[in-house]
Amino acid sequence: MRYLPLTDTDRSAMLATIGASSIDDLFVDVPEIARLDGPIHGLPLHASEMAVERHMAALASRNIAAGSVPFFIGCGAYKHHVPASVDHIIQRGEFLTAYTPYQPEIAQGTLQVMFEFQTQVARLLGTDVANASMYDGSTACWEAIGMARRITRRGKAILSGGLHPHYVSVARTMAKYTGDVLDTGLPALDADTDIAALIAKIDGDTSCVVVQYPDILGRIADLTALADACHANKALLVAVVTEPVALGAIKSPGEMDADIVVGEGQSIGVGLQFGGPYVGLFGCKEKYVRQMPGRLCGETLDAEGKRGFVLTLSTREQHIRREKATSNICTSSVLCALAFSVHMTLLGEAGLRKLADLNHIGAAAAADRLAEVDGVEVVNDSFFNEFTLKLSKESRGVVRALADKQILAGVSLGRLYPGAADLANGLVVAVTETTTEEDVEALAEALEEALA
Amino acid sequence: MSRYFTEDHEWVDVDGDIGTVGISEYAQSQLGDIVFVEVPDEGKDVTKGDEAAVVESVKAASDVYSPVSGTVIEGNSDLADNPALVNEDPEGDGWFFKLTLSDASELEGLMDETAYAAFVAKL
Amino acid sequence: MTTLNPAGWRPEMTPERRAKAATHSGNKALMLEEPLIFEIGSTETTGVDLAEPPAGKPRLGNLERTATIGLPGLAEPETVRHYTRLSRQNYAIDLGVFPLGSCTMKHNPRLNEKMARLPGFADVHPLQPVDTVQGALAVIQELAVWLIELTGMYGVAMSPKAGAHGELCGILCIKAALEARGEGHRKVILVPESAHGTNPATAAFAGYSVEDIPATADGRVDLAALKARLGPDVAAVMITNPNTCGLFERDMRAISDAVHAVGGYVYCDGANFNAIVGRVRPGDLGIDAMHINLHKTFSTPHGGGGPGSGPVVLSEALSPYGPLPFVAKQADGHFQLVEEETVGEDHPHSFGRMVAFHGQMGMFTRALTYILSHGADGLRQVAEDAVLNANYVLRSLDKTMTAPFGEAGPCMHEALFSDANLAEGFTTIDVAKGLIDEGYHPMTVYFPLVVHGAMLVEPTETESKAGLDAFIDALRSVVERAKAGDHSLKSAPHYAPRSRLDETLAARKPVLVWKEPEAAQAAE
Repeated sequence: MRYLPLTDTDRSAMLATIGASSIDDLFVDVPEIARLDGPIHGLPLHASEMAVERHMAALASRNIAAGSVPFFIGCGAYKHHVPASVDHIIQRGEFLTAYTPYQPEIAQGTLQVMFEFQTQVARLLGTDVANASMYDGSTACWEAIGMARRITRRGKAILSGGLHPHYVSVARTMAKYTGDVLDTGLPALDADTDIAALIAKIDGDTSCVVVQYPDILGRIADLTALADACHANKALLVAVVTEPVALGAIKSPGEMDADIVVGEGQSIGVGLQFGGPYVGLFGCKEKYVRQMPGRLCGETLDAEGKRGFVLTLSTREQHIRREKATSNICTSSVLCALAFSVHMTLLGEAGLRKLADLNHIGAAAAADRLAEVDGVEVVNDSFFNEFTLKLSKESRGVVRALADKQILAGVSLGRLYPGAADLANGLVVAVTETTTEEDVEALAEALEEALA
Repeated sequence: MSRYFTEDHEWVDVDGDIGTVGISEYAQSQLGDIVFVEVPDEGKDVTKGDEAAVVESVKAASDVYSPVSGTVIEGNSDLADNPALVNEDPEGDGWFFKLTLSDASELEGLMDETAYAAFVAKL
Repeated sequence: MTTLNPAGWRPEMTPERRAKAATHSGNKALMLEEPLIFEIGSTETTGVDLAEPPAGKPRLGNLERTATIGLPGLAEPETVRHYTRLSRQNYAIDLGVFPLGSCTMKHNPRLNEKMARLPGFADVHPLQPVDTVQGALAVIQELAVWLIELTGMYGVAMSPKAGAHGELCGILCIKAALEARGEGHRKVILVPESAHGTNPATAAFAGYSVEDIPATADGRVDLAALKARLGPDVAAVMITNPNTCGLFERDMRAISDAVHAVGGYVYCDGANFNAIVGRVRPGDLGIDAMHINLHKTFSTPHGGGGPGSGPVVLSEALSPYGPLPFVAKQADGHFQLVEEETVGEDHPHSFGRMVAFHGQMGMFTRALTYILSHGADGLRQVAEDAVLNANYVLRSLDKTMTAPFGEAGPCMHEALFSDANLAEGFTTIDVAKGLIDEGYHPMTVYFPLVVHGAMLVEPTETESKAGLDAFIDALRSVVERAKAGDHSLKSAPHYAPRSRLDETLAARKPVLVWKEPEAAQAAE
């Protein structure tokens, strides 16, 4: 057994030191009815590296990898090219196999990465500060709603219909237990977002308005008036960004005075991975920092006066505050934050802006091409790298039919909003720098055929 | 003016019906470096024994209970920028909040300086 | 006031210390100082070649980002060097023993990493049509079956993102089950004082009030006291088993029976499942729900503090309430993803969705790879060797150090010591920092809270005897110094990239993001 260094000779010598006659002596506290006398029956025994590799590779081959076909799926996770050095760096054992930096003197590597990540994220989101990451975008979104409740001492959150439906579901699940009242709605297959309607709903009981930017249909709306309306009622504006590359092209929510900005960082450095692990981004105005969930790294000095970094403001957290903590969260997503940070460092501002341009211009060209297909109507006036098509028939079947032809056409709104007849013909199409003109042409032709 | 102490290491100075509340020298020495203090807002009604403020060191957060009932008239705003005041002068400039007492008879159950010193000596 | 805890401290900064560190560059041979990317990068530099975007009319709703963002870039060589230099300031399991009790730092096999990177796993979108991700669903299903078999439970919820998220999942299942029985009025969850802080935080989040379960002198739950407290207001008990003192709860079955007798549920914090995997099935002890930290028992990397992954195994009574989505295998062998669209009438009692998408797939592939590598026999050996190693540490050091429960029988996967016999003025932190100079990561310190100055040592099964002997010798020598009052320990570590850091300064005036020097000065 290749991962177990002890030999039988070692084991005997160690038992002698302990004063036990057999390993069973060390399990005497287990009630007899629960003692297993040998390996659990019916399960395979240990296997060689080669055998395991064969088994896993066979499973992997039953999936269609995004990179192997024309691919247009987005809605909260995006296919981007990740430079080779990102994966090299996150596989360095000193990063990969370190624990939470509880001993800062020998964890400055992870801590400095966290500090750099916090700064990169804050600048990208346009917030004063950011934390060292959350599980993912959906849990970060819920935590923002809880944070707004603590700050405003109010329990009604208004969620835009343009918020990712999984994020809404997560918030709905959690709100059942906290007593928060959520005002939710469905998006309309229309070029206009629901900003005006959201503004009309804000009242003196509102803790926050949660709005996705760009939204689930890819639409982009100016948040300034919404922020003003929130603040006029002493409510907070929470903005959710599921495609951070967009912020290389469009104004950040922080610049439009959002109070808390959360997001899914997967697009930068992390890869698709069938949904996880991802990396939740969480930034806010400085005055709210003590109500923030999650880990924070701060700058300080060591005994020799040298700059160093430590985990800080830990008294917000569960290991100290226990039942009074701001959140029960313990783990963050530091390895994915590292991947994000390395990719962002490779890009730099110039690279990020160029990448964003490539995505946007490519998406605009794709939208124009797809609009030429009979039975296709582009819903959006504005978008970044993702837009919604209204098809002449239900999109669920079209997506399946195209998948049979090895084209992954996008996300049908029928899947995201089961039972919502008005949305059933909607198809959300994402175009990134990885999408070629040939891919777009293949999609257009296949749609032509499917809709004929 | 007289000063009273609780077994939870808060003190209260009483002047007429106005009380000033803080934590004791012993408490600050046990907490170590104070890094943050949250004081109650003006107008907040507190009951004797309620959690009224929070004091944090690097590794611990402790609730501060109100030694008496009443209505908060002022939180010590200096503590926001300078929480170290609690370490430097816990029973003076490092006070937490002032309140109007609603029931002066509650003071009867508290310790005076001598009794508190004896109490701490036994800890 | 509550809990007076004197663990806060400030390092002494002396001119002598400063002088000693001086080289022109600040470097010390292989120990290299590394500036922040904001100090060495520029917004014009990039390490990525991208095609020139073709001309086109933007459709960004007139929201172009015109102001500078302030994101520095580095060319690839500088990037690789920056992060490589930073990496060398970290301790890691790849470098040596990492005996953090209850955190379980074991070797991370590289086959796991290789498998997770197969394009069929790494490059698959969570919203692809299910026919195109049958292999991914098969991984989730196969791992689920292993977890169910290894724990003797009925079902498993795979989507929780980490251990604490899994706890929440389990408690929400319990709450849903109680409400379905019309017993939503049960408002109390009992938690031992030795529990991880996540337990009370989770219970409080779900709306429960938390009460302590008393412990016996031998570090276990006091069954009689627990029974006395049980009643119709108790929703559940949350028990860590093996517990955070490193001991198996001998009365676990009796505890479960007593809780069930009054209509409550038993939640087990499975953080320490690595001690019993293959030897004991929690289902045989009457557990209703237990999360499993895949990084602790099944060797997925923790990467400096996450990602985690916290699947929750459930009893038959709780399984109907588990979250969406989940994978179901159909009669024809096809895997179905049961989510909002497809849930229909099969799973009407689900408490809902906890997370976008399907959980930590990248951790599932790694954990399954590890499980298949070990097999049923190897996993049993994992628990045995982990327990053997911990007892070896306990018995090798219990004459030098104080082991508060050393007389209470064997420990499980971790050995617990206290600071009771150190010299006046010396405490656990001094031992921990001294151990850093010896080339080891310290053990878990000041946890569990029930032991004064706790030092919790968990060697795991992936340490050799020779490696452990060297570690034991080093720890013994540091403890002897602390017992002798060796003052040099008070300023340890002396050889780490940084000496003790001023946490008070960091917390009093938080600097959480880098600012250009002018801006930082203006903010003063």
